[in-house]
Amino acid sequence: MLTTSEKEQIEKEIRQVPVKKAACIEALKIVQDHRRWVSDEGIQDVADILEMSAEEVDSIATFYNLIFRQPVGRHIILLCDSISCYVMGYKELHQQIVQLLGIQYGQTTPDGRFTLLPNPCLGTCDHAPALMVDHDLYRDLKKEELENILAKYT
Amino acid sequence: MGRKLLLDKAHIEGIRYYDTYRKNGGYAAAEKALKSMSPDQVTEEVKKSGLRGRGGAGFPTGLKWSFLAKPEGVPRYLVCNADESEPGTFKDRYLMEFIPHLLIEGLLISSFALGAHSTYIYIRGEYAWIPDILEEAINDARKNNWLGKNIQGTGYDLEIYVQRGAGAYICGEETALIESLEGKRGNPRIKPPFPAVKGLWQCPTVVNNVETLAAVVPIINIGGDEYAKYGTGKSTGTKLISACGNINKPGVYEIDMNISVEEFIYSDEYCGGIPNGKRLKACIPGGSSVPILPANLLLKTAKGEQRMMTYESLNDGGFATGSMMGSGGFIVLDEDQCVVRHTMSLARFYHHESCGQCSPCREGTGWMKKVLLNIENGKGKMTDIDLLWDIQRKIEGNTICPLGDAAAWPVAAAIRHFRDEFEWHVTHPEEAQI
Ligand SMILES: NC(=O)C1=CN([C@@H]2O[C@H](COP(=O)(O)OP(=O)(O)OC[C@H]3O[C@@H](n4cnc5c(N)ncnc54)[C@H](O)[C@@H]3O)[C@@H](O)[C@H]2O)C=CC1
Ligand SMILES: Cc1cc2nc3c(=O)[nH]c(=O)nc-3n(C[C@H](O)[C@H](O)[C@H](O)COP(=O)(O)O)c2cc1C
Ligand code: SF4
Ligand code: FES
Repeated sequence: MLTTSEKEQIEKEIRQVPVKKAACIEALKIVQDHRRWVSDEGIQDVADILEMSAEEVDSIATFYNLIFRQPVGRHIILLCDSISCYVMGYKELHQQIVQLLGIQYGQTTPDGRFTLLPNPCLGTCDHAPALMVDHDLYRDLKKEELENILAKYT
Repeated sequence: MGRKLLLDKAHIEGIRYYDTYRKNGGYAAAEKALKSMSPDQVTEEVKKSGLRGRGGAGFPTGLKWSFLAKPEGVPRYLVCNADESEPGTFKDRYLMEFIPHLLIEGLLISSFALGAHSTYIYIRGEYAWIPDILEEAINDARKNNWLGKNIQGTGYDLEIYVQRGAGAYICGEETALIESLEGKRGNPRIKPPFPAVKGLWQCPTVVNNVETLAAVVPIINIGGDEYAKYGTGKSTGTKLISACGNINKPGVYEIDMNISVEEFIYSDEYCGGIPNGKRLKACIPGGSSVPILPANLLLKTAKGEQRMMTYESLNDGGFATGSMMGSGGFIVLDEDQCVVRHTMSLARFYHHESCGQCSPCREGTGWMKKVLLNIENGKGKMTDIDLLWDIQRKIEGNTICPLGDAAAWPVAAAIRHFRDEFEWHVTHPEEAQI
């Protein structure tokens, strides 16, 4: 069931578009903001309010990399694995992060703190290699700095 | 010093904010357009300027605007493509982050020319901190009556909306972007009809890149003819280049399109040469979708002429010995870089980002990734190189949108110019894995 606040936010989005369905991506983002990820129940909730089928909502949800259909940790690490970061030392960075967290791409640390995901170019290739933790961008990274950066997130 | 039209005021402190932007000549072009020109006159200036789309395809902007269908009683839309996801490209982010009002002013003038009253900026979800900057600029523009109702007393109304993407490279393709704006999966539509005829909500729509729309401001300020005096041939005006990789001074540069590739790489005004005295090996001059060129073909064309930073010159020799201006993502590789590894990372990227509608793209990108991973990991066979060549040929030209081509070209060019490196990986499986 949608909470009152989720419902209010989604209804606001619906008012801004010509047909209800068009609010689908925004509605999914709202649900995700509140629950961190979009479960089957979340899909059904969005489907109900937008008068769509759950299958249709799911096909949209699974299309987008930043809508999570599996449980994720409290913080999302997006590590850029595109060409400029590769040129500037992505491989060492990746090795170090895997070692520090003990998880591979797509996994979440057992304490639920971090989920690690690869991400195409973060648009900051002049300061490669780069990664994002939630909304924070880290650039010109050296593998020695990783530990301190991650320590900021509890 | 190269002449600048977009970033000439980028160094001014506080240029991100309305007051500073306005004090330094901001919104003068909008004032001129709205108060003293008709929409058709604005389009005419853009035509005269020779401006070509800065999103990668280089289609003439004025011509595209004049193709916009104008049926009675049907709204028309302008959509700003700020999905910038092409690996190696970050110029649009730079413009939006540091001079957001230049984009807002460009959107205002362009919307006026097209007769649009609702304009959308579609921005990729990963640029998480940029929408706030844009919203602030939009609010300040509205407070000063550059947006909203009856703008500056001219009777023209405009609202600009910022829409965030949710992580999908394909949503940079204009029809996929429109699908996504409509709340759907970002599956590209078959063109024609072009968006200019049937776009957002089936209404006539122009989709333009951030840089293209920003360039409309200097065009109106100095006039289309004057703008066309910058650059050479069919490459008029200035172009933003996102330079990165093995260079001393990575960053966004505005170039007058009449300098050579050599000057761009080695002069201190731009990239400042290759670090640590290393040699230049290769370069991907226009974002990850364009063919890689080895140093000799990068600096000089196959005919032995100096290669210039223009649409025509970068394309000289076609795909056999040339490349493309593309999105202006200029990625430089020094002698220590492994072309096989980078080709693998590109193939993996395209496979992941394929929307899956066309089987040559969906299956072909998957195959290429697998074969390249094998070669990189020292498990490849000589016949794999020919197999790769065959797969990319089967994708090219057989898909709904150019993502399939964009996945095929880098692989083709890498094999064409660096076949020996692929062979070395096959014959030296142990060393190749390091
Ligand atoms: N900036 C970036 O991040 C990326 C850019 N690209 C670039 O995108 C390019 C391909 O883009 P497309 O849009 O598929 O190219 P396109 O050639 O189909 O279209 C270019 C523009 O011209 C318009 N157009 C073309 N013919 C028209 C006609 N007859 N009537 C009305 N409008 C017409 C199209 O609607 C579009 O806006 C590639 O060359 C690549 O460089 C690709 C990936 C990422
Ligand atoms: C796979 C793919 C991704 C694209 N991504 C972008 C993009 O991120 N930004 C952009 O401006 N154009 C992108 N384009 C090109 C657009 O389809 C379209 O040509 C462009 O937005 C038109 O604007 P312009 O005429 O100002 O260049 C992409 C094209 C393809 C095929
Ligand atoms: S070429 Fe690839 S990305 Fe483009 S429509 Fe076909 S499957 Fe989708
Ligand atoms: S390639 Fe990593 S930020 Fe662009």
